[in-house]
Amino acid sequence: MIVMAVTAALAALVAVLGLTAVLGSYGRRRTERTTSDFLVASRGVTPLWNASAISSEYISAAAFLGTAGLVLAHGADMLWLPLGAVAGYVLLLALVTAPLRRSGAYTISDFAEWRLGSRAVRRLVSWCVIFIGWFYLLPQFQGAGVTLRVLTRAPVWAGWAVVVAVVLLLVLSGGMRSITAVQAVQFWIKLVAVAVPAVAVLSVWQLDGAADPTTGGPPRFERVTDVRVETGVTVRVAHPTRVRATGTVDGAAHDGADLTLAPGGHTVGEGATLTFPAGARVPHVDHVPARDGTRWSMPDGASLDHGLYAVYSALLGVVLGTVGLPHILMRFYTNTCGRAARRTAAMVPVLLSLFYVFPALYGALGRVYMPELLMTGDTDATILMLPQQLLPDPAGALLTGLVAAGAFAAFISTSCGIVVAIAGTVAQCVGRGSVTVFRLGAVFALVVPLALVSEIGTLGSAVLVTLALTVSACSLCPLLVLGLWWRGLTAAGAGAGLVVGGGLAVAAGVAALFGGPWTGWPAALLEQPALVVAPISFAVMAGVSLATRRSVPRRADRAMARMHLPEEIVIR
Amino acid sequence: MSAPSVLVLVGAVFMAVFAGAAGRTLPSRLRARRHGFGTPADEATFRALHTISRASPSLRAGLTRESARKAARHLRALLGAEAVALVAVRPAADDVDTDDEETDGELLVWDGEGGDRHSAGAACQARPVLTGGRPRVLTPDALACDDPACRIRVGMLAPLTVEGRVTGVLAVYGPSASAARVRAVGEVARWVAGQLELAELDSSRARLAEAEMRALRAQISPHFVYNSLTTIASFVRTDPERARELLLDFADFARYSFRNPRDFTTLADELRSIDRYLLLERARFGDRLHFSVEVAPEVLPVAVPFLSLQPLVENSIRHGMEGARTEFHIKIVARDAGPEATISVEDDGVGMDPERLRGILSAGALSPGPGRDRGGAGIGLANVDERMRQVYGDEYGLTVETAPGAGTKVSLRVPKYRPGVFPD
Repeated sequence: MIVMAVTAALAALVAVLGLTAVLGSYGRRRTERTTSDFLVASRGVTPLWNASAISSEYISAAAFLGTAGLVLAHGADMLWLPLGAVAGYVLLLALVTAPLRRSGAYTISDFAEWRLGSRAVRRLVSWCVIFIGWFYLLPQFQGAGVTLRVLTRAPVWAGWAVVVAVVLLLVLSGGMRSITAVQAVQFWIKLVAVAVPAVAVLSVWQLDGAADPTTGGPPRFERVTDVRVETGVTVRVAHPTRVRATGTVDGAAHDGADLTLAPGGHTVGEGATLTFPAGARVPHVDHVPARDGTRWSMPDGASLDHGLYAVYSALLGVVLGTVGLPHILMRFYTNTCGRAARRTAAMVPVLLSLFYVFPALYGALGRVYMPELLMTGDTDATILMLPQQLLPDPAGALLTGLVAAGAFAAFISTSCGIVVAIAGTVAQCVGRGSVTVFRLGAVFALVVPLALVSEIGTLGSAVLVTLALTVSACSLCPLLVLGLWWRGLTAAGAGAGLVVGGGLAVAAGVAALFGGPWTGWPAALLEQPALVVAPISFAVMAGVSLATRRSVPRRADRAMARMHLPEEIVIR
Repeated sequence: MSAPSVLVLVGAVFMAVFAGAAGRTLPSRLRARRHGFGTPADEATFRALHTISRASPSLRAGLTRESARKAARHLRALLGAEAVALVAVRPAADDVDTDDEETDGELLVWDGEGGDRHSAGAACQARPVLTGGRPRVLTPDALACDDPACRIRVGMLAPLTVEGRVTGVLAVYGPSASAARVRAVGEVARWVAGQLELAELDSSRARLAEAEMRALRAQISPHFVYNSLTTIASFVRTDPERARELLLDFADFARYSFRNPRDFTTLADELRSIDRYLLLERARFGDRLHFSVEVAPEVLPVAVPFLSLQPLVENSIRHGMEGARTEFHIKIVARDAGPEATISVEDDGVGMDPERLRGILSAGALSPGPGRDRGGAGIGLANVDERMRQVYGDEYGLTVETAPGAGTKVSLRVPKYRPGVFPD
C-alpha cells in the first residue's frame, strides 16, 4: 500500500513538475506570421490569471497541511487563521495594491527607496524581507519532512533535502523564475489535489453514518488501534487505559506486554507502538487539550492560554502580515495598471476561500477517523493519512498520492517564490542585479533555514507561518501603509519603525522557536506578539516621523500624486 | 547545538545586522572631531578649512532658501560673527514696473541673534550693494538699534558676483568692524561666489545632458515616411481598401512617434507601435518578410525608453535585407529575468562586420562623423545604445552579435525598476 501511494505520489509529482517545465517554455506566448497575433502577444496577464498565481504562491505547506492539523488539534479556533489570510487580501485590495502598482516599484525595497529616497531604509527593508523569507521557509521544509516521512517512513531530513534540491535546481536553472502561467496552473492543480480526495472522503463519511465531530465527548478510538510514535512525545492520559506496548514507555522497555496507563503524563519513546482497545479515550500530546465536541467547535479561543488575546493577536498578525508579504507584493507588478492590480486582489480572497474549505474539512473528519494523531502530535499529517485510512486500497493509495503531490507542489512553489524574492533582494542590494550574486543569494536563502529546521521541534507549520506573518505585520506592513497613505513619513521614522517593530517581532519569534518552553503570558506574548508589537511599530514610525518633520522628502507630494491619481493623468 | 546557544547566535546575528545597517546611516560628524594636528595655528587653519568644507556642499546646489539656511550656519561660525544674512536678487516680475536702476533684494536667511529686530531691514540695506556691486559697511547709526544689550552694532556687506553679475549679498553683523574683518568678509563672499559659479556650472552641465538627451530622442526616420507613402500610393488604385487600412496604420504609428516628447513608455505600447511599423513594411516587401514574437506577459508593463525597440527592428530590415532576394526572418523575444527584462531582436539577414559595427557604436549617435557617411548603418543602434547607457548606466548598453552573412542579434536588458523612470 505504501509502495503504491509513493508511486502515485511520484507519478503525480513528476506530472506536476513536467507540466511546470512545459508551461515554462510555452508560457511566453509565441506568434508567427500574422500581425494581429502581435496584439495578442502584447496583451498583459489577466487579473484572474494573476490572482491564481498569487493564490498559488500564498498556499504554502501551512495552508495545505497546517490548517487541517490545527483544526484537528485545536478546533474551530484555528479557522481564524485562514479567515485572517483572506481578510488580509481585502486590506491589501483596499489600501495597497493600486497605489503600489502605480508607484512602479518592483520589490518592496524599490518602493522604500523611491518613496523615502534613502539607501539605508532600503537596506533595512531588504533585511526584513530576508528574515520574513527565512521564517516562511522553515514550515515549508518541515512540511516536506513530515510528508515524506508519513509516506515512506524516510527520516525527516530526506524531505528537507528533496525540497532544497528541487528548489535550488529550479531557481538556479531559471526554470521557475516568476512565470505567471506556471504558478497559476499550479493553483488549480493544488485545488484539485485537495478537493478530489476531500469529496471521496466526504462520501465515505456519509455512507459510514456521518458521525458528527461537533458533538459527543473527547475523541475515542473507534476500534482496536495500533499507534506508532515516530518522535518521542509526552502524552496526557485522562482515565486509566489498558494498552499493549512495544518499545519505551515512561523510560521502561516493553515487549508486547499489557500495561495500564494511569491518569497523568507519560513519556512515549521514539519508535514505540501502543495498541489501544476500542472505545478507549485518546491520550493527547501535552500541548493539545482534550475537549468535547461542542467546545472543539466553538471559535472562542478557550483552547489556548489567554485565548482572547491569542486569537485577536494571531488574527491581527495574519491580516497585517499578509499585507506585507514581499513575494506576493512582487506579483502585482505583472498587472498592467493599478486598476488591474486592484481587480486581481479582489479575486484572490475568492480563490483562497474556495481552497480553504477543504483543509478545514479534513481537520474535522480527522477528529472522527484519525484521533491517534492527537496522541503522536503529527497533526500536520491529517490530510495525507485520511484518504488511505478511509478508502480501500487502490483508490486510497492513488488519492494519497494526489494529495502528496499537491503538498509538494505547495512546498516547492512557495519556496521558489520566497527564494527568488530573497535572492533578488540580495542581488539588487549587493551586486546591482548580477546573476552570480542572485545565485549566491538563492543558496544563502536556503542554507540558513536548513540549518535551523532541525532545532524547531514539533511546532506545527501553521504556527511557523504565523511567525513569518507577524514579522511582516510589524515591519513591512506599517511601512507600506504609512508610506502609501501618509505624506509625513520620513526615512528616519521608517527606519526606526522597522528596527523596533521588526526587531521585536524577530526576537519574539526566535525566543518562541528556540527558547521555550514558555507558559502563561510570556508564551502568549512570544507566540503571538502582533497585537502588542504592530501598534508599537506604527507608533514609532509615526512618532519619529513627526519628530523629524523637517526632513520629509521633497518628492513626497509628487510621490503621493503619482500613487493616488489614475494613470491617465500625466504628472509633470 | 543546544537551544540556548542557537538563541544567542541568532540574536547576535540579528543585532549585528541591524546595528550595521543603522551604523551606516549615522552622520560622519563623530569621525570629524579628531584632534592632534600640531600647533594651535594649524588647529585653527584646519578648523576653518573644515568649516568651509561643510558649507560648500549646500552652496553647490545654488542660492536658494534651503541652501542658504544650511550654509549660513557654517559661514557664521567661520567668521565668528553674531549674525549672518544672505540676500538674493529678487527675480524680476514682469507685471510690476520695477525701477531699472535699483535692484530689489530678497532675504533668504538670517542666521544668528537679533533676527526679530534687524532681519526686516537687511534686504533694504543690501540694495545699494546689489545695484552697485561694491562692499559696504553699516555704521551703528545706519542700523539704528535702540536696545543697548543688542550685540549687533555694525554690518559688513559684500556682493556675491557670479560671472560678472551680482546675484546676492553676504551680510555679516557684529559688535564692531575692523579692516581685517571687512577683508575677511570680502574673501568669504568671493569664496561663496566661487561655489555658486560651480553650482551654475553643474546646472548647465545637467542642462547640456538634457539637451543631448532630447537630441538623442529617436525620431521617425524620413526614409520610412517616404517608403511608406510610396507603398501606399501603389495600392491606391489596385486595392483602395488596403490602401486605406495602411494609411490608418501609418497615422497610428505617426501619432505614437510624434506624441508629446515623453521619455518612457511601456513595453506593451512599444510592441504595438512595432506592429504598425511591420504592417507597413510588409505591405512594401510582401511575403519576403517574416517575423515572430515571443513575449513573456510578465514583462509587458516594464518601462522602456520611448522608441527603443522600433529603431532596432527598422535597422534590421533596412540593413539586413540589403541586396538579399530571399526570405527574411525577424524574431523579437522578451523574457523575464527576475529584476530585469531581457529583450532581443534577431534577424537572418546579411549581417555586418563586427569591426565596422564597433566603429559605428563608438562614433556615437550625435557626432555627424563617419557613422553617418557609411550609409547611415547603425544610427538607430548607436542612438538606442547611447540612450540606454544614459538612463540605466554603462552596463545596460546594447549587446550585438553579428558577422557578415550570419545575421544580427541585438539584445538589451531593461531593469524593471529604476528610480525616476515611469512610463507615461
